[in-house]
Amino acid sequence: MRRAFLAGLIILGITLFAGLAFAAESSEGMLGVIQYTVLGAGLAIGLGAIGSGVGMGHAIGGTVEGMSRNPEVGGRLLTTMIIGLAMIESLTIYALVIALILLFGNPYIK
Amino acid sequence: MAADIHPPVFTDYISNPAFHSMEAFWNKWGIQHTDLNNVLNTWLVMIVLIILAWLVKRKLEMVPKGSQNFWEVVVSTLEDIVVQTMGEHGRPFFPLVASLALFILSCNLIGILPWFQSSTNNLNTTLALALIAFIMTHYVGIRAHGVKYVKHFLGPVSWLVPLLFPIEIISHLSRILSLSFRLFGNIMGEDLAIVILTLLLPYLIPLPMMVLQVFTSFIQTLVFIMLTMMYISASLEEAH
Repeated sequence: MRRAFLAGLIILGITLFAGLAFAAESSEGMLGVIQYTVLGAGLAIGLGAIGSGVGMGHAIGGTVEGMSRNPEVGGRLLTTMIIGLAMIESLTIYALVIALILLFGNPYIK
Repeated sequence: MAADIHPPVFTDYISNPAFHSMEAFWNKWGIQHTDLNNVLNTWLVMIVLIILAWLVKRKLEMVPKGSQNFWEVVVSTLEDIVVQTMGEHGRPFFPLVASLALFILSCNLIGILPWFQSSTNNLNTTLALALIAFIMTHYVGIRAHGVKYVKHFLGPVSWLVPLLFPIEIISHLSRILSLSFRLFGNIMGEDLAIVILTLLLPYLIPLPMMVLQVFTSFIQTLVFIMLTMMYISASLEEAH
């Protein structure tokens, strides 16, 4: 488990350096800003979606169990769950906004 | 830039001549063409809601029939939501919350129709709505508690005040950020997804996303007014 994690980190490092070497000739003096920007945007929304997915799954699991134990408060549990999901989703929305800014309004690309 | 793929809107008939004839004036204030369309669509939603309300108010009857039935259901649902969340002392805030709810819901939903634009897909509109909620919570708190409203920011123990006061201020200011960004991100994200899916296969693939758009519009309205009501009732209650 730990060796798999270390192997993944090493492969990620090699990919980043190899990408830098292949891409450096495209934009003179800026050393792959566009390439790293696109990578950053993809990573931003991807990692944001992972966190939101795990958190929302936990929240919905707790709500379903609560509803199965006590069906008559099901309406209030549903309302609380919807509000909680919107709270969790807003963190992923922040990541999406960063990704959109990087792709469509990047201040480092002239 | 995908934000420049702006689909044709009815208010283009007004904003196109207005933008191109006064271009120096708009550029001096940094206003883009999309901002004109956004504000005009806000006005369109307001005019539609006011006309619908006036049409119902003209002939109100004790035994409702026709469109009065529909609006009574809407108003009583909103009243139930307000009273359940805020308790009986939340009734004075029903006009604010219901207006916000109807406005946000109409602004969100109208973007599904072909020649209209959801005004809430622009950060300016959602920031204005979040500022309304923020200013209302603090105005209500100051009016109810006076100067002792500062005790809401101070925390439970007196020696933690230098630590907790900046944190509370930042968390109150971040409410504006979170309210505006949540609504903006959801509606703009749905619009962008539909634009990009339409570029793939025009009439079939966006359909599931449009069903999701209806659902998201309702949920985001509900979350916005629930949060506004919780903030107002938190600033009305006694300090820690």
